[in-house]
Amino acid sequence: MSGGAAENPSVAALRSRFGAAVERGAVQLGATVVWVARERAHEILAWLRDDADQRYDYLIDVTAVEYRDRERPLELVYQLRSLPRGLMLRVKVDLAKDRPLEVDSVVDLWRGADWLEREVWDMFGIRFRGHPDLRRILMWENYAEGHPLRKDFPLRGRFSRSEQVRRALGADLRAHYSMEELSIAEAYDALPADVRERLSPDGPAGR
Amino acid sequence: MAEKRVLELALATPGVDAAGNPARLPLVVETPRTAEPELDTDHMLINIGPQHPATHGVLRLVVELDGEVVVRVIPHIGYLHSGFEKLGEYRHYNQIIPLTDRTDYLSAPANNVAFALAAEQLMGIEITERCTVLRVIACELSRIISHLVWAGTTAIDIGAFTVFLWMFQERERAYNLIEEWTGARLTTSLTRVGGLMADVPDGWTGRLKEWCAKFPKTLDEVDRMLLRNGIWLGRTQDVGVMTAAEAIDYSLSGPMLRASGVAFDVRKDHPYLDYDSYDFEVPVGQHGDVYDRYLVRMEEMRQSVRILEQALARLPDGPINAADARVILPPKRRLMSDMESMIHHFKQVMEGVPAPAGEVYVPVENPKGELGTYLVSDGTAKPVRWRIRPPSFLNIAALPKMAEGHLLSDLIAINASVDIVMGEIDR
Repeated sequence: MSGGAAENPSVAALRSRFGAAVERGAVQLGATVVWVARERAHEILAWLRDDADQRYDYLIDVTAVEYRDRERPLELVYQLRSLPRGLMLRVKVDLAKDRPLEVDSVVDLWRGADWLEREVWDMFGIRFRGHPDLRRILMWENYAEGHPLRKDFPLRGRFSRSEQVRRALGADLRAHYSMEELSIAEAYDALPADVRERLSPDGPAGR
Repeated sequence: MAEKRVLELALATPGVDAAGNPARLPLVVETPRTAEPELDTDHMLINIGPQHPATHGVLRLVVELDGEVVVRVIPHIGYLHSGFEKLGEYRHYNQIIPLTDRTDYLSAPANNVAFALAAEQLMGIEITERCTVLRVIACELSRIISHLVWAGTTAIDIGAFTVFLWMFQERERAYNLIEEWTGARLTTSLTRVGGLMADVPDGWTGRLKEWCAKFPKTLDEVDRMLLRNGIWLGRTQDVGVMTAAEAIDYSLSGPMLRASGVAFDVRKDHPYLDYDSYDFEVPVGQHGDVYDRYLVRMEEMRQSVRILEQALARLPDGPINAADARVILPPKRRLMSDMESMIHHFKQVMEGVPAPAGEVYVPVENPKGELGTYLVSDGTAKPVRWRIRPPSFLNIAALPKMAEGHLLSDLIAINASVDIVMGEIDR
């Protein structure tokens, strides 16, 4: 698939500095993609942001891809841009499905990653270690059908329509507030026991 | 930080009183930005939205208040989540275009163009010159429409009702043009992979030219109302400040980024269509407050008019669809008489157009900011992944940072200044 465009020089720099942690690089329709090892992804992204020759200061996007081929690993995709250099770089992390889907959060590098990582967790079930507030974001907190953008998630959801309606009508309105918010209002203690249990971090709140 | 811009109100028209002294009153609305002395009160938790006119859609904000000062804002989104990205995995490329209408529904044509560009890059299709220029016209027209809605609704949130009426009147005129072209006002589905759904009707360019000549007058009138209006200045200056470094850290884009002083515009920095051949400026703010966002968007509308005028002047004749039988449906007349055309038509509609395996990320400068389309194909006619990089989603994520420490009423002004569309945030 490599087009005529040249590879972004950052890949060569990454290879010489991180060696085997840079798994492969490719040029996809003019854009450079580089795969890095998940254990060192945070370190590599931090270097890309801070190194005086790289300066990828702008995080465009964090997302994930699951292929229809079940054998292929999930891919976590970071789209980076260097505003001073006018360059873009796509960094990917392969996440094998037989291991827990976990990576280090990059919220400490770019604050913009906060909601993006929450969305990836919500939609794909990839956990981000060290994320300050890894809650669901598009789905509600006690959504129990799993992670919608996974390929094994049916288009219409896991539950039947009647079950979805039953759950929606049966939900306690107070469950629309997070633990943190309820603690502001000191309302948590006043909740019925079942709602408290559902909201607690060990409870079945969709996790 | 912003220096205080001082304004005076003349008490007498010659500007001096009988004794020859300037008859003026300083007109700087000083609003307390810090908490009152600690009175040992409980913090209050209030819930704004999801059904609230000042949240610009179904955004819900849980706000912790100390008196009238915002201590913490926790935004909740997802009330309009429709699973567009999931739906896209089950649809052919052309079938996704109606979904793009419904993301940022205030600038549907620009979304259509963004998706078509990404799909064309993935499939390696060259579009025609006329199509390129018409797409630029569609993008700039939707930028103006979106900014008009922003200016109108923000002004109404801050208390200036007239602006809302003036802006929406112009928006109606722009929508009339869009409707003549596409048959729809909001859900335009303007593009097809490789071209457009229709050429502009006869006389349309003349009507657009007329509108371009008249429209900036409304902007001048609104500027006359707001630019040096004491209430407007007091409500917007130094409110919701983001510095350039913070704006980059929070991945803000579009007018939000530029109001903070970062001169980044996808049209200039990663040109698409034929934007690199137009003569236009990118307005950049200095203070990153609500007032600068107002200035930036007002100027962007004027620049869009400039681009529209240039596009109208250069609009070439010719076909609007690429001469590529893989993606473009044969004309209906041939379809009824020619076996091969009928087969092409049948296969395109029933099986879709396969895209070669690969992936592409195409950013475009939408009214709200950088709209990115990330498409991954495995060689079939339906994408493996269709990711929208939503500008409003990232811009509103910075709301807690901007609003905390301000008054509750400022929270409304700051939220308005971000220019969000929930269809795009929740997708």
